[in-house]
Amino acid sequence: MKLGALFFVLASGALFGFGLALSTMVKPEVVISFLLWRDMGLLLVLGGAVVVTFVAYRVVPRVLRKPWAGAEFQRHPSEMSARTLGGAAIFGIGWGLCGVCPGPAIAGLGTGNWPLLIALAGLIAGAYVQGRFFGTRSR
Amino acid sequence: MSLLFAATGLIGGMSTVFTTVWSFFSQAPYFREERFMASRGWRLVYAAGLIVGAFLWLAAFGEPFRTQVPAWQLAAGGFLAGFGARLSNGCTAGHGICGMASLQPPSILAVVIFLATAMATARLVGAFA
Repeated sequence: MKLGALFFVLASGALFGFGLALSTMVKPEVVISFLLWRDMGLLLVLGGAVVVTFVAYRVVPRVLRKPWAGAEFQRHPSEMSARTLGGAAIFGIGWGLCGVCPGPAIAGLGTGNWPLLIALAGLIAGAYVQGRFFGTRSR
Repeated sequence: MSLLFAATGLIGGMSTVFTTVWSFFSQAPYFREERFMASRGWRLVYAAGLIVGAFLWLAAFGEPFRTQVPAWQLAAGGFLAGFGARLSNGCTAGHGICGMASLQPPSILAVVIFLATAMATARLVGAFA
């Protein structure tokens, strides 16, 4: 990937990380109180992110022939399968247990929340077990 | 994610980076698939960006925060979330934002399922804590 594109990747990641910190989603306590229906603020965060991204996914490919620094617009590949849905169920159990999902686990480190390293180690270990023993050669 | 899409055309899910980092260390065939080898570089940069962005927020407005969630919950929850997200090929970012924003039925259903199991788990833990 060209340097210019990587700059945009870094900037997009920074914007995402800033947003996760600003919206307090990097705090597991806030996530857990959302899951317990005590503080529904994160619903607005997720909803807002979906609406903005929805508009971008629709509008940008009509306005631009191709991305500023890329070859083509890609699509998120999701398939209706037992893996997708079963994996989501397991993911939810883990998320409900610790209040940490992948984005905040990484971004939270930038706010000095060091205990998140434990969750990050768990996430990376979980990805290893999935890939090593349950990975499929497809797509 | 909108900026990432407009600038590079990439779909900015987050959990895949946990699989692609293993391609640097493991020879297992799954980790060396083309889709992971081809994206492992930018995914690491994207993850680094997350830390930079959150640090900028801290420097500008924030105060440092340490979670009080017990270590065993972080470890066990992290493991299950990592395993599940990769099995499902998406997390709160991949299915929750990118998948829902592209109106993909499997992603929408995945979000309904993980919100339900997460809420149930949080209640269960709350009842015993």
